[in-house]
Amino acid sequence: MPAGFDPSRRLPDFFANPGTSSFTQFLSLNAPELLPGRRPLPPGYSADMAPHATTVVSIVCAGGVVMAGDRRATAGNLIASRDIEKVHPADPYSLVGMAGTAGVGIELIKLFQVELEHYEKIEGAMLSLDGKANRLAALVRNNLGAAMQGLAVVPIFAGVDLAATDPAKVGRIFSFDVAGGLYEETGYDGIGSGSLFAKSALKKRYRPGLSVDEAVTLGVEALYDAADDDTATGGPDLTRKIYPVVMSATTEGTRRHTDEEVGAIAEAVVARRMENIGG
Amino acid sequence: MAMQFYASPEQIMRDRSEHARKGISRGRSAVVLTYEGGVLFVAENLTSLRKVSEIYDRIGFAAVGRYNEFENLRRAGVRMADLNGYSYDRRDVNGRAIANAYAHALGAIFTEQVKAYEVEICVAEVGTSPEADELYRITYDGSVQDEPGVMAMGGQAEAISGALKEAHRADLSLGEAVRLAVKALGSVGGEGGQPRTLGDEQLEVAVLDRRRTGRTFRRITGVALTSLLTEEPPAAPSPSAPAPSSSAPAGESGGSDDDLEILDDIDEAEGGTKE
Repeated sequence: MPAGFDPSRRLPDFFANPGTSSFTQFLSLNAPELLPGRRPLPPGYSADMAPHATTVVSIVCAGGVVMAGDRRATAGNLIASRDIEKVHPADPYSLVGMAGTAGVGIELIKLFQVELEHYEKIEGAMLSLDGKANRLAALVRNNLGAAMQGLAVVPIFAGVDLAATDPAKVGRIFSFDVAGGLYEETGYDGIGSGSLFAKSALKKRYRPGLSVDEAVTLGVEALYDAADDDTATGGPDLTRKIYPVVMSATTEGTRRHTDEEVGAIAEAVVARRMENIGG
Repeated sequence: MAMQFYASPEQIMRDRSEHARKGISRGRSAVVLTYEGGVLFVAENLTSLRKVSEIYDRIGFAAVGRYNEFENLRRAGVRMADLNGYSYDRRDVNGRAIANAYAHALGAIFTEQVKAYEVEICVAEVGTSPEADELYRITYDGSVQDEPGVMAMGGQAEAISGALKEAHRADLSLGEAVRLAVKALGSVGGEGGQPRTLGDEQLEVAVLDRRRTGRTFRRITGVALTSLLTEEPPAAPSPSAPAPSSSAPAGESGGSDDDLEILDDIDEAEGGTKE
């Protein structure tokens, strides 16, 4: 029943009842087949079945956050995609990225975007940043069964806390575990197979109060370091002009940094590494 | 045994219509009109309960009548739009489908339930040009009308709509459209038939902004609304006006630029104080 309305002459229930403000709950009552994590999977471990998306990093900067993701998806030893996009705006003031099974991750992000927009439209008010993070944790939790069979996906969520009184706490980052655990991070965080190396790079270079541009450069460098040591993370592809997806969220909204901007930064990073391999 | 009285179907429908019409005409009015930059909603509303709201990227909703009844319909519309957009694509959600669904629901309520909904609804979809805008009026009995350019709902809607239609043009700037709508709303209901002046605290104003991509719905509140209401209309080229008539078009286009700036200001203000 894709139209959402009962074709019979009777009024569908959700006309008469006020229902919830959650799109996910609405789907679970009226169209459960559209929810990830509600589909029966054949027994066994199916991790190698679908492409995997890898490294995303997020960095707190003055007045907001920056999130950057590499462009590679892998299927075993093969490159499944060179230009996948793992970083998306969740709503006008927050960003979400994903690592793990790409198909499930993209569906999760799409559902999360609708979830936030739906709440805002129904209630006439936006969720708080913590409320948004909790909703995302619930979506991850619903996927636990599939995750245990190898179709795991872990998001990272970062955004602007519009209610923050301390300017240093405007940008906030939340990480998740596969069971739906929600953890607030300080300063920076990364997810995906290359995050070990990306986070090591960030640990040495991050300092509080970076400008947006500095944080973007830092993010691109961290992804370069991740790609240096992790085969599943793609470095900046200068020949095809495929660069990391970099987005920032500030009180003015979210913005995707253009390929020209990120390309210039990526080329500068590569040029510096020509002289000093360790960066 | 209780005596069964016979009532003809005509009588029942007439009674329900009358009941619904009375309920609607007691409420304050709302108008919807197209202007050069999109679709404008203006409702007379003293409360914080919304009469105008967003359904989807390019679709807005305005209603008059009983709040709990149209609020139910509004939520159902948002759910339908979000479900369709999620299952297919955002571009596949259109105003006509939502208007049809509302018509279906209201028609079913009108014929099957004891009490008809006392509501009148407008579903508006903003197009790429004023000619492509779609305004649908859905009434309590489930009938749908496609209203080109302008429509008024609520108490004394006909008088308001007359005042609107006379002065409406597709190339109105935002400021002109707001002032026209407010003037039309104020043209009825005054003491002894005198026009009233409506202040910004009595109004709920929103637009579907044609030039935006993605979600086009924006509320206009506070300073931005006050400045739109008080802005002097561009001087009409008349012999007594000091400005030469050739400068009038330039003045007008300047006006619409100001409107856009005001809209941008709203976005920035919303950034800090999103409702």
